[in-house]
Amino acid sequence: MVTLTAPEAPAVDVLKETTVDLAASTVRELNQAIHNAEDGQAWTVTNPGGKHSLAVGINAGIAVTIDGHAGYYAAGMHQKGDVTINGNAGVGLAENIMSGTVHVRGDASQSAAATGHGGLVVIDGNAGARCGISMKGVDIVVGGNIGHMSAFMAQAGRLVVCGDAGDALGDSIYEARIYVKGTVASLGADCIEKPLREEHLTELAELLAAAGRTDNPAHFKRYGSARNLYHFSVHNSTSY
Amino acid sequence: MTITSVPLPAEAPQAAPAQNLAAPDIAALGLRESATFDRATIADIQRAAATGVYDIRGWGAKRKVPHFDDLLFLGASMSRYPLEGYREKCDTDVVLGDRHATRPLHLQTPVTIAGMSFGALSANAKEALGRGASEVGTSTTTGDGGMTPEERGQSKHLVYQYLPSRYGMNPDDLRKADAIEIVLGQGAKPGGGGMLLGQKITERVAGMRTLPVGIDQRSASRHPDWTGPDDLEIKIGELREITDWKTPIYVKIGASRPYYDTALAVKSGADVVVLDGMQGGTAATQQVFIENVGIPTLAAIPQAVQALQELGVHRTVQLIVSGGIRTGADVAKAMALGADAVAIGTAALIALGDNDPRYAAEYSALGSAAGFYDDFQDGRDPAGITTQDPELSGRLDPVAAGHRLANYLRVLTMEAQTIARACGKSHLRNLEPEDLVALTIETSAMARVPLAGTSWIPGVQGSF
Ligand SMILES: Cc1cc2nc3c(=O)[nH]c(=O)nc-3n(C[C@H](O)[C@H](O)[C@H](O)COP(=O)(O)O)c2cc1C
Repeated sequence: MVTLTAPEAPAVDVLKETTVDLAASTVRELNQAIHNAEDGQAWTVTNPGGKHSLAVGINAGIAVTIDGHAGYYAAGMHQKGDVTINGNAGVGLAENIMSGTVHVRGDASQSAAATGHGGLVVIDGNAGARCGISMKGVDIVVGGNIGHMSAFMAQAGRLVVCGDAGDALGDSIYEARIYVKGTVASLGADCIEKPLREEHLTELAELLAAAGRTDNPAHFKRYGSARNLYHFSVHNSTSY
Repeated sequence: MTITSVPLPAEAPQAAPAQNLAAPDIAALGLRESATFDRATIADIQRAAATGVYDIRGWGAKRKVPHFDDLLFLGASMSRYPLEGYREKCDTDVVLGDRHATRPLHLQTPVTIAGMSFGALSANAKEALGRGASEVGTSTTTGDGGMTPEERGQSKHLVYQYLPSRYGMNPDDLRKADAIEIVLGQGAKPGGGGMLLGQKITERVAGMRTLPVGIDQRSASRHPDWTGPDDLEIKIGELREITDWKTPIYVKIGASRPYYDTALAVKSGADVVVLDGMQGGTAATQQVFIENVGIPTLAAIPQAVQALQELGVHRTVQLIVSGGIRTGADVAKAMALGADAVAIGTAALIALGDNDPRYAAEYSALGSAAGFYDDFQDGRDPAGITTQDPELSGRLDPVAAGHRLANYLRVLTMEAQTIARACGKSHLRNLEPEDLVALTIETSAMARVPLAGTSWIPGVQGSF
């Protein structure tokens, strides 16, 4: 059983907060407890100690706060509710997120929000390499910089970077849209700068607001697919 | 037991397959074909020169490699007692995934259906695979492109593939799966990603993969959020946490370095290792890749079994072998070498109706012939299997095709039982390397069983 510092909250009591101390409970106990949770509950995880697979597979409208650093795959396959990490997150933060929000107050390692199908991932600090790799509809807002090969084969969704982007941004990108405020070290194959039109300023403003940021949308540049590599052709062989 | 087969309706007359110059004519003319530049090779060069693109095709390796054909069973005799062919029990069931998962699979036959994607295959074909597998109590597997409701609905045991592309991957389907198969590679293309050409991307396929209709879809060759065995261990941990440790987790590898890959899969926490040899089928891969990368199924099995045995987990971590399984003898041989189960892809498609001679005229119109058709990437399959064209896929009745597959699966199982009884085994699992000999020196060395009539295993024991 989970070691609880407060008695189990009744489902209806939205204000009741349950704390799971990972110095005393296992990750298995934590995840099982939140898989059994009911909509509206609030959970706090203390002493996460960089453990892996924290708060994965959440499928109820709950709020989970992790007080400290999380390891690999924090909030993996997130489906509902909100997860906040008051610390840094390891590889594969919110990988394959479907909906809901995941917010990291610190930095995130590589492959943040990889293959995410929906929802919002906010990283206040920097994100490592391959941020938004193969993203399929998720929205990602990064307060700082992102590493190389970010948005590789990005299919759908929006990636907003308030700092700088590393090498090969958006390599082999499909229909995802990328907004970068700072510099881009280099663009990957088939990724080009595109005009920032009114509808883009609007969606960018919405994304920044959702992430709790005050950056000016007009200061960003937009990047996306040139759509030249959508069909395999021998004449493109030097592009890859 | 009598099997009543479901005959194919004979709508089209059976035409003879496309013929090359008949052999006697060649001899009469004194023509000599080059072994190095044979007709297929010449045609490949001509095709490359004309198009400037390498050949992409389906099916598996077509070249001859050492295979199960070069193994023979030693039936029981004075020193071994056979079981009575039609009366004594020879069980065939297998439990997969009981190492860590609380809900392992219990299958009635060790012949399972390999992962083939919706997208590569029509929805009717996927449904037929599910129906056929369920009829005989075995499992079927999704593929690159996600889980369809037709497939889930018709499959008693459904394995959900977790691939680098993560097309259609979602936690609801993950929780609905009876097992999860993390795909590292495929025997047809170890180290390669995938490609679904634009002509097969209908609205439904595109929607499931979150991509525009009609464009080529590339599948990455590496997973986006892990690399190497240490990461894989953490990844497996995450999938177990999401599914509350109920669901067995398989790791599928394409045979190249099976000894190390198997050991690392075990170390990473896999419940089951799926090992696919170079003859294994594919929906669309470069021919040069299919024919030149990876090692034969036969050579791969003993290496994987050795790794399992050295780690003390043979039979605890189950081994599923695929790549060129066609007959009950192949099933029995794979199991005698140490596999717990096998998987079939190409043979299952043939059982559904792939390469059926009744479509001879249509294969010929596509520049192929029944028995040769491998353009799975094109989406114009006359048999309605490797296509998304509604007219073509409508030709495949999932119920009838499912029955044909079930028939075939029963035959494979009974054939394997026939051999096992002759070797005195009351369960297919009890077949062992000691029951086998090899016909050729290379097969003996690869399979690590003696050359027939000798006690010699090159590189292992004895001398000629
Ligand atoms: C049409 C087709 C589609 C396939 N799609 C996949 C796939 O999506 N994922 C995968 O791991 N293997 C895929 N495979 C490979 C099979 O899972 C299996 O490894 C192989 O077919 C076994 O060899 P066999 O065809 O000789 O039986 C596919 C094979 C075929 C023929």
